[in-house]
Amino acid sequence: MSTPIFTLDQLKPGESGKIVSFNDEENALKFMEMGCTPGEVVLMDSYAPLGDPLAIIVSGYKLSLRRSEAAYINIEKN
Amino acid sequence: MILKKRRLRRDPDVASLKIALMGNPNSGKSTLFNALTGMNQQTGNYPGVTVERRTGEAVLEDESGKSAFLSFLDLPGTYSIYPKTLDEEVCYKVLCDPNDSDHPDAVLVVADSTNLRRSLFLTTQIIDLGIPCVLVLNMIDFARLRGLEIDIQKLSQLLGIPVVTTNARKKVGIDNLKKTILHELHDPAKTFLDIGNFAPSEMLKTVQDMYPGETAYGAFQLINNQTGVSHFELKPYNKAEIKKLITRHHFEKHKIQSNETIARYKAINEIVKECVSINEEEKKKSLTARVDKILTHKTWGYVFFLIILFVIFQSIFLIAKYPMNAIEFCFVKVSEVGQKVLPPGQFASLLINGILAGLSGVVVFVPQIALLFAFIAVLEDTGYMARASFLMDKLMRPLGLNGRSVIPLMSGMACAVPAIMGTRTIPNWKERLTTIMVTPLMSCSARLPVYTLLIALVIPSTHNYGYFNLQGLVLMGLYLLGFVSALGAAFVIKMLIKSKEKSYFMMEMPLYRVPKVSVIGLTICQKSFIFLRDAGKVIIAISVILWVMASHGPPSKMAAVETAYNSPDSAKKYSPQQIQSFIAAGKLKESYAGNAGRWIEPAIKPLGFDWKIGIALITSFAAREVFVGTMATLYSADGADNSLSVREKMAAAINPETGKKEYTVATGFSLMLFYAFAMQCMSTLAVVYRETRSIKWPIIQFLYMGCLAWLASFLVYNLVK
Repeated sequence: MSTPIFTLDQLKPGESGKIVSFNDEENALKFMEMGCTPGEVVLMDSYAPLGDPLAIIVSGYKLSLRRSEAAYINIEKN
Repeated sequence: MILKKRRLRRDPDVASLKIALMGNPNSGKSTLFNALTGMNQQTGNYPGVTVERRTGEAVLEDESGKSAFLSFLDLPGTYSIYPKTLDEEVCYKVLCDPNDSDHPDAVLVVADSTNLRRSLFLTTQIIDLGIPCVLVLNMIDFARLRGLEIDIQKLSQLLGIPVVTTNARKKVGIDNLKKTILHELHDPAKTFLDIGNFAPSEMLKTVQDMYPGETAYGAFQLINNQTGVSHFELKPYNKAEIKKLITRHHFEKHKIQSNETIARYKAINEIVKECVSINEEEKKKSLTARVDKILTHKTWGYVFFLIILFVIFQSIFLIAKYPMNAIEFCFVKVSEVGQKVLPPGQFASLLINGILAGLSGVVVFVPQIALLFAFIAVLEDTGYMARASFLMDKLMRPLGLNGRSVIPLMSGMACAVPAIMGTRTIPNWKERLTTIMVTPLMSCSARLPVYTLLIALVIPSTHNYGYFNLQGLVLMGLYLLGFVSALGAAFVIKMLIKSKEKSYFMMEMPLYRVPKVSVIGLTICQKSFIFLRDAGKVIIAISVILWVMASHGPPSKMAAVETAYNSPDSAKKYSPQQIQSFIAAGKLKESYAGNAGRWIEPAIKPLGFDWKIGIALITSFAAREVFVGTMATLYSADGADNSLSVREKMAAAINPETGKKEYTVATGFSLMLFYAFAMQCMSTLAVVYRETRSIKWPIIQFLYMGCLAWLASFLVYNLVK
């Protein structure tokens, strides 16, 4: 293992990463339905002004999700 | 007439088809539905706006004379057929249960062309269920703007289903779609992904044998139903048998679904690679990104949000005042004419004071409802609603509310009725219910006349702290109290209501779009009509009951009032006008409402209220501001001269027991708090009943707010006294 694994909520706005896996089976399905599949590149677009929720760009559109939800997504930083 | 459902004649010789529209939220599904059926309904680009099922009908006919009778069903927006919310369960049930009366013969899958992959996920799932379908690439203009070129023929060939492009907002491509429905809807396409690779195929086979005609994927969904979906039963459904199979084959739902999803996306990526090309030169930095920089900015985002709230609140409060006054004026005129034209008696009284008064109480809300919904429609249609939720979610979450609860809560400061109707934009049922339950605590405009009267009565206007006026401060305090108690109640409800439904926030932030005037106009008409029809019935019924209670009483006592004041003795002392008002007040006292007022006196005595206030509390149920009118009638009895205002009469009132002033500061505050908390608005209860589709919630709301009011008044009265 060369690249350390992060969770999506650790990305700062402007950073991007590649989805590796999920920490929660049930939520994984929801993420994948919304286009967050393993291998997909996500770009952290912005945090809401209070730091939560987050907005990411994934598979060509903007998706907002809560920090707690983003923590289920494991990524490899680009 | 746009609101009337068009009934089309059904020719028995013509083929009839049931067609469901499915698609991701924001794919323009509802707009396409409008274009196809000509039937009108609300559209917006806010995820989850289509909560109810909607149907429409159309007859298609082409030049060759081929025709079909189509009934369309607009299903809620969904990303897959796996149900996560109640909305999605509706889709799941309709698709997976062949015995469901809505089970379609074919599905139009409406896709957002700018996000083909996500839409193909749903499309291929429906293909695998063995339901014939057409893929409609909607918003094709947006895709072209972004430099996306989609090879339609190849896509159609690879999926094995007809593919058409449309721009439903501009009604482009609709004829082509109709032709496709007429000519190319044949048998189901071949299976896209073999679920047998992921689930035990022997088990699938067994279930397929139990339900002849079911595809392997359909069988898989039936097994899933056993392990997850709670709200619906598929019928006939052999629960026990399937349960046995699940244990025998070690069926692991989540694992299989994950593997299936990954494989499905892999196959879809291949298709997209072949069919979609991106023209980089045309790919511009989107306008949406730039607008979002401002609208979700740390400071400007909230400034803009507050400005929007301010504009909405002010409009509902101020602009709506003019049409509302006009409506009230018309009703007053009509009842004046009625009083002159109709022969005096029971019938005239029922018509004017019962039905007409009730009707005016309904119609008067229409301007506020129309305005609020115009604003909500604009916010949804432009895509701003998703941003507002994004800004507010963190603040609302600890209270069991959602970012989307903010607009309804704030609108509640004008009127709870449209606000509660506005909670439909909250997709999670528990969060929506919580918002509905607490919104009436927000200080609505009907409380204002009551507050103004009572504040003027018990708070001296002379006390000024610098620039602040004490009366103004009390009024502000009452508004704040409403806000704080609403949030507090939400917190308590969060603790009490258990919900199996998970709270998801995950939500698409749609592209900004210019709102469509026709969509907004339609929303206004539909919402106003729904309110008039549904809430109107309840309100008029209760108005009539209240009229009976206030104008009738035990006959002997009512007659006694007449004779007492009609004596020659009083004719000498008072003017005929005064005698009339004495009789009115005396009759109100002896009426059933008056009896009820005295009957509840023991319960409200600890709050510092007498039977007169008791009557007002009962009649205020029609609308809070009726308090002022009732007080005016009651105090005209005390023989004081008629030049005094209600306030002055109330201020002069003496408590016969203590010999002191009836309206002390303690009574005043107690009464204000009672009005702040109590659920004294039948229109709101009628709307809550409509929106929750259950008598349980309005009753609970009435009781909890009543208890809160009683306790608050009791505390304040005894503390201040």
